Amino acid sequence: MKIHEYQAKEILARYEIPVTNEILCYSVSEVQTAAQQLGFPCVVKAQVLTGGRGKAGGVKLVRNAEEATLAAEKILGMDIKGYTVEKVLVAQGVSFVSEIYAGLTIDRNTKSAVFMVSREGGVEIEEVAKDNPEAIFKFAVEPDLGMAPFFARKIAFALFDDLSLVRQATDLFQKLYKVFIDTDASLVEINPLVITSDNQLLALDGKMTFDDNALFRQPGILALNEPSEDEKKEIDAKDKGLSYIRLDGSIGCMVNGAGLAMATMDMIKLYGGEPANFLDIGGSSNPQKVIDAMNLIISDKNVKVVMINIFGGITRCDDVAKGLVAALEQIKIQIPIVIRLSGTNSKEGLEILKNANLPTVETMSEAAEKAISLSVDFLR
Amino acid sequence: MSILVNKNTKLLVQGITGRDGSFHTKKMIDYGTQVVGGVSPGKGGQTVHGVPVFNTVSDAVKETGANTSVIFVPAPFAADAVLEAAEAGIDLVIAISEGVPTLDMVRITPYLKKKGTKLVGANCPGLISPGEAMIGILPGGIFMKGNIGLMSRSGTLTYEMVYQLTHSGLGQSTCVGIGGDPVAGLYYEELLQMFEEDPETEAIVLIGEIGGDAEERAAQYIKEHITKPVVGFIGGLTAPPGKRMGHAGAIISSGTGTGAEKIAAFEAVGVQVARQPSEIPELLKKLLKL
Repeated sequence: MKIHEYQAKEILARYEIPVTNEILCYSVSEVQTAAQQLGFPCVVKAQVLTGGRGKAGGVKLVRNAEEATLAAEKILGMDIKGYTVEKVLVAQGVSFVSEIYAGLTIDRNTKSAVFMVSREGGVEIEEVAKDNPEAIFKFAVEPDLGMAPFFARKIAFALFDDLSLVRQATDLFQKLYKVFIDTDASLVEINPLVITSDNQLLALDGKMTFDDNALFRQPGILALNEPSEDEKKEIDAKDKGLSYIRLDGSIGCMVNGAGLAMATMDMIKLYGGEPANFLDIGGSSNPQKVIDAMNLIISDKNVKVVMINIFGGITRCDDVAKGLVAALEQIKIQIPIVIRLSGTNSKEGLEILKNANLPTVETMSEAAEKAISLSVDFLR
Repeated sequence: MSILVNKNTKLLVQGITGRDGSFHTKKMIDYGTQVVGGVSPGKGGQTVHGVPVFNTVSDAVKETGANTSVIFVPAPFAADAVLEAAEAGIDLVIAISEGVPTLDMVRITPYLKKKGTKLVGANCPGLISPGEAMIGILPGGIFMKGNIGLMSRSGTLTYEMVYQLTHSGLGQSTCVGIGGDPVAGLYYEELLQMFEEDPETEAIVLIGEIGGDAEERAAQYIKEHITKPVVGFIGGLTAPPGKRMGHAGAIISSGTGTGAEKIAAFEAVGVQVARQPSEIPELLKKLLKL
């Protein structure tokens, strides 16, 4: 789960990490008032749940009231990677001498949290990571040690010679680790963490994402969730036991299991088609789930054909077949369906489909080929 | 031979009185797995499918001599269940539970290391040495005893692959689902080494998916340590960045962990990668000169 910059900085501030003075605004007039209150220069920043807003023109430095108004008018309502900007953060301008990167995430290989810092912070950090990886220092945090003072100091000394900065960073890094652990975060990032002209560390930006698996014990974090329209559909699907992600193609997919669902999408693409969605109906084969899944797929108007790929393991093919027959009796579908059923009890399942006049194919590749040719025919 | 489990494996089921635990205990017994006991706090003294239930793992180990445990308890309590098994001296723990918080996995890792306990999962379908033992939720019927070692981050994709293998006459020594979470127990490297050392395994199938760099690291490991032929497959080549494809681990973040990078890493070390599951048996037969 993602949250906005302003929410992340509120959390950081709660842990006494120094952040910029700033005010959240929903309208041009609120921006005008906020800018007057904070003084010029200040920065107007789009609050959207996606990266790259600076490059998209969603962040503007303003020097006077007129510029603030212009920036607010331009950024509010702007579209950034499919997200509409509904609120902006007006932050006090800060003069700084250097930009640091500081981030915490999970390292799959050490199976621990990893603290990453760099003297080359700022918007180009991803390029730094790619072109100059030795400029990013990584420290795996041993879980039973945590961010002990000496460890935080070690990281601070990797960045700074100035003892005042080392002291500030040692304190800040321990707090940052505590935020990470306390909130079950999967990423906490301050980029840039600046050294101001009076030699103070200050978080100019903040980014946090959280482990979805831990939200059950993080009610305060869960309350910050602001799902987009597509995400609402995904959440609604999840409540029904389905894992759904909308894509741009025309071939709707219904598959059991995440790995097979991914492989099915790949197969469609391999044969020259475009999948309309990722959809994992999970392990159970209760007919209602199949009905819900079918409704979800066809709610996407781009879908021209539905491809069903079930491999019965724990899921039994005869149960899925019964579900399909029931689903198709309940919802009238105008578009063609391609079905592939294999695995546990497939003989019984195929018999049920045959009796219901639902044709099937034998393999995944055949199913993909057929679905693609049907989607092309449909367009004619 | 096989790896990790065989007919001498003495299995405990943690969470045996739950719906899933009870259902799959029956399946495992039917397959021929030696299920010697179950654990469910407060239900000690009961039996499930004829299997005695204990309050604690320690009690169960003392009474039954169990050396392996499978975990079906709900995700919020799964990490604690793994620790309990490790503390009681269990050698191998298989965690089926889906949705375990990542930091729980991080927290238990040092203790498992200290005790020398091996963990498979969480969020995995389990493992099977066909004809000897099945542990977890795998559909035993599709597997066949043989010489292919298989490891995978996904359940149903494994079944698809195994079905193709079995239908082509290629049996399996052991198949392991390592799970779809960001932080998991045994990774490809450890399993590759076990298959390398297992005299019964002649070739290895590695089924990866997008997200993380486990496949890239496996490729490097294969180059340096593995002499047996390896064939790969990567799920999620067409997945868009930033979207979690069902598994918590299957997410492409900031441009790394893409399927294309993983395929390139394998091919660079001479591991052939199938573009669709049905190619796997052909690739294996060619490599094994069958």
